[in-house]
Amino acid sequence: MTDAVRTPITSAAAAKHLKRRRAADGRFRYYGLSAIFIALGALAVLVFTIGAQALSAATYHVVRYDITLDPAVVAPDGAGEPDQIARNVDGFYSLVRDNLLATFPEADADRDSRREVSDFVTRLAVLPTARMVARNPELVGSAISLKAPLNDDLDLYLKGNGVRERKIKAGAIETVLAEADGTYRVSGLGAFDPVVAGLAVASADRDADAVQMNVLLTAGVSTGRLTGISAGRARLELLTGQAQDFANARPTARIIISAESERTISDRQIAWTLALKEMGRIDRAPRMTLLTNSDSTYPELAGGLSAIVGSLLTMLITALVAMPIGILAAVYLEEFAPRNRVTEFIEVNINNLAAVPSIVFGLLGAALYINFLGMPRSAPLVGGLVLALMTFPVVIIASRAALKAVPPSVRAGALAVGASQMQTVFHHVVPLAAPGILTGAILGMARALGETAPLLLIGMVAFVGDVPRGPTDESTVMPVLIFSWSNNAERAWEPLTSAMIVVLLAFLLLMNGLVVFLRRRYERRW
Amino acid sequence: MDTSQDMPATMDNSLTLPVAHEGSSSPRIDCRNIKVFYGEAQAIHDVSMTFPDRAVTALIGPSGCGKSTFLRCLNRMNDTIENCRVEGEILMDGENINDADVDPVLLRSRVGMVFQKPNPFPKSIYDNIAYGPRIHGLANGREDLDAIVEKSLRRAGLWDEVKDRLAAPGTGLSGGQQQRLCIARAIAVQPEVILMDEPCSALDPIATARIEELIDELRNRYCIVIVTHSMQQAARVSQRTAFFHLGNLVELGDTNQIFTNPREKRTEDYITGRFG
Amino acid sequence: MSDHIVSAYSEELERLSAEIMKMGGIVETMIDDASRALGSNDLELAKEVVARDPLVDAIEADAERQIVSLIARRQPMGHDLRMILSAMKISSELERIGDLSKNIAKRAQRLDENVNIEMRNAIMRMAQPVSRQLREVLNAYATASADKALAVWSSDDDIDHHYNSVFREMLTYLIEDPRRITAGAHMLFMAKNLERIGDHCTNIAEFVYYQVVGDYLSELERPKQNQV
Repeated sequence: MTDAVRTPITSAAAAKHLKRRRAADGRFRYYGLSAIFIALGALAVLVFTIGAQALSAATYHVVRYDITLDPAVVAPDGAGEPDQIARNVDGFYSLVRDNLLATFPEADADRDSRREVSDFVTRLAVLPTARMVARNPELVGSAISLKAPLNDDLDLYLKGNGVRERKIKAGAIETVLAEADGTYRVSGLGAFDPVVAGLAVASADRDADAVQMNVLLTAGVSTGRLTGISAGRARLELLTGQAQDFANARPTARIIISAESERTISDRQIAWTLALKEMGRIDRAPRMTLLTNSDSTYPELAGGLSAIVGSLLTMLITALVAMPIGILAAVYLEEFAPRNRVTEFIEVNINNLAAVPSIVFGLLGAALYINFLGMPRSAPLVGGLVLALMTFPVVIIASRAALKAVPPSVRAGALAVGASQMQTVFHHVVPLAAPGILTGAILGMARALGETAPLLLIGMVAFVGDVPRGPTDESTVMPVLIFSWSNNAERAWEPLTSAMIVVLLAFLLLMNGLVVFLRRRYERRW
Repeated sequence: MDTSQDMPATMDNSLTLPVAHEGSSSPRIDCRNIKVFYGEAQAIHDVSMTFPDRAVTALIGPSGCGKSTFLRCLNRMNDTIENCRVEGEILMDGENINDADVDPVLLRSRVGMVFQKPNPFPKSIYDNIAYGPRIHGLANGREDLDAIVEKSLRRAGLWDEVKDRLAAPGTGLSGGQQQRLCIARAIAVQPEVILMDEPCSALDPIATARIEELIDELRNRYCIVIVTHSMQQAARVSQRTAFFHLGNLVELGDTNQIFTNPREKRTEDYITGRFG
Repeated sequence: MSDHIVSAYSEELERLSAEIMKMGGIVETMIDDASRALGSNDLELAKEVVARDPLVDAIEADAERQIVSLIARRQPMGHDLRMILSAMKISSELERIGDLSKNIAKRAQRLDENVNIEMRNAIMRMAQPVSRQLREVLNAYATASADKALAVWSSDDDIDHHYNSVFREMLTYLIEDPRRITAGAHMLFMAKNLERIGDHCTNIAEFVYYQVVGDYLSELERPKQNQV
């Protein structure tokens, strides 16, 4: 027994040690907390950026067209059957276009303007209405309200995500004088002061092309382009509506911070959109079509239904294949297999398989299922089988860990009462390991839900317009859809991609939430 | 009685019980030349002994002496251990249960076991008891099963404490109650022999005393073999005691004699605490 | 015997054993001194012997306390159990021997100094083998020898023979001179005390044998040869 000289508990040296130790503890706690905050911060950044984008895609603008279903157009001779009506996209589309031209007569002036009007609504946007009429043929001949989504760029513009603009309230206009060249001179005392100021600020913002800003003036349903702006007067080129609307009004000026040539939407289209909005024909509705439509080349019509169904079917196949076989394999390896070199070899290889890059499974799937077995490309069946191969090792490893965690006293107790090996395992060990097994299985599935690379290799990248009805129909999955949407050029696809990411994350959250719920519920029972 | 003549110097390992001993009839289990190997290493060296019916036999000895290994031979639990080989004959009713043809599952319904740490199934109390009879087909229907459950719990001295909560989980009972539940579970399949591997080591003295009382009652019906670290417990509870050391059976005899006047020096040294 | 793993246990047993030996030592001197006091009519010595008896009683009480404590705390088994139980019995026997020695000394004090020297010597002659008996049985205890204990146990008849002969001798003295009755009665009592001491030594031998061997020396075989 050593008789070391001991530091008395309350001495200066001891107090110093204590202070140092407490400082070290505090530093460690600080490191831990900052690590957590950094991680949470990164997560918050992700959530916010994606969420903000996705939020914009969550709603869209829908235009109402009150049309009369002229039988001659909708169901011309020889094409009155419901399925023919349903396919009569051209007829319905022409009704819509005529409606627009009737609303904006100036659009009929030249070819450019007619094209701009046509751009307002996509041809295929009338398809749901056509189908609805086909289901209710008695409507032919009556007046209906057709709702179609607004052109994607105009939709973005109205949300403020498209063309950049500054909105300024102008002062009261006193006089509107027609000029010889068809333009008007508008003037009012200090009416355009705010506009001039705004222009100055805007041009300070932008560096080079300060000249290329367009200013639009809107009063009611009328909009015109302003040039030659000074404090009290300006020249107005009428784009739509009546010049009289500007008199004695306090119009709104919009400084569009890009030249018309740089934009996908023209001043006229903006003018028509503002007019329609003023007329109350534009509603902002939640974009249910994101979930109910299948893919389309037009952003405003695009939705993820085929991908969602495809994902669900693929997950179903994966679950049906990977879970039973994986769990039973784990039970056999853990409880029944003898401990020899062969089983050790198998165990090592299973662990390695879990680390194999997923794209390798895609190659395997392509070679085995598609080339060798001749299964259809791009089908959930094949996708599910490929993902099942990928999920096997994860399920087996998680299940084995859960089985190992069951204490040997349970097995001993069951054996001692005279249960056979099978009875012991299936009546006692597996139920106790069930929470862990389920967790592992669902986590494996959640991983598979988010896989893109292997499915690309079996051809699921194709554009799929129809909702798959069975596991052998061509389909795509959500991650692949996100991937292909993110490659599209138009700006409108960005918020849609983010929205689809949010949908995928929601599914993953649901699955993980299911895991947590099941764990809690099972663990609470015993 | 001529006591000046000593007992024979060589130890006769296959002692059978003198006929006029309390509470015994013929031996329930007769072990002959038992050897147990773990791979190449031999854990039990040629042990022969008998276990009388309706009596408690205690196996004592220092750690690692093989008493638990030997106990496990009696219900073939050593079968579940890799690399474990048991040689020799274990006769019950004239049949050698160590034979390869014997179904260990059936054997274990005749030779029950209670473990050191109480291990009730994570099921209800009722299901804990009912499981064994169910899988062995001992009950014809619900009423039969109810009767078996009640009888087993009564015999284990647990009925009054749990009769109102048979659906409660078995793991919710106290340690002593759990161990009695495990004993009831073992009794439910109507065994002939009950093996107990240090049943009280995880229990407090009061729970231990209850279990010892229970063993006293059970010994009127079953052949009981108990492995224990506590010599005092072996002395209190058993009628016959066997002392094991390094895989050998050193001495077997009446409990009274073993603890007041053992014949072997090793036994004497162990029970007086001169070596551990 | 090797030591217990818990050394305090061994020490306690040693202590108990030492107490017994100590008691035995004192009692041994009591017999010797009482007999010498009788022989040389040394009243001082006799008084001293009487004064030693409370000491023996005290040791016996102490030994008993130790024994109760050992049983309660150590749960003795096997040899230790037999040793402790024997110690209990032996201490009781030794205490009785002490009492008997004291009685001899007391009677020696009350004897008239004119008592016949032959009578005194007769008693003294008997005291020797008894004293030797005690010494040998204490030796047997100290050396834990079953053989020595057996020897003591077997020679109980010698004491009895001696008692018979002293008894007859005293009778002859009394017949010779009836005025010696008082003295003679004392002598007879003293002789009886010595014979009883011999019996107690035999008992101690039995307990020593039980402690060492674990079996009982049978009552039946014990030679009982005092025929009076």
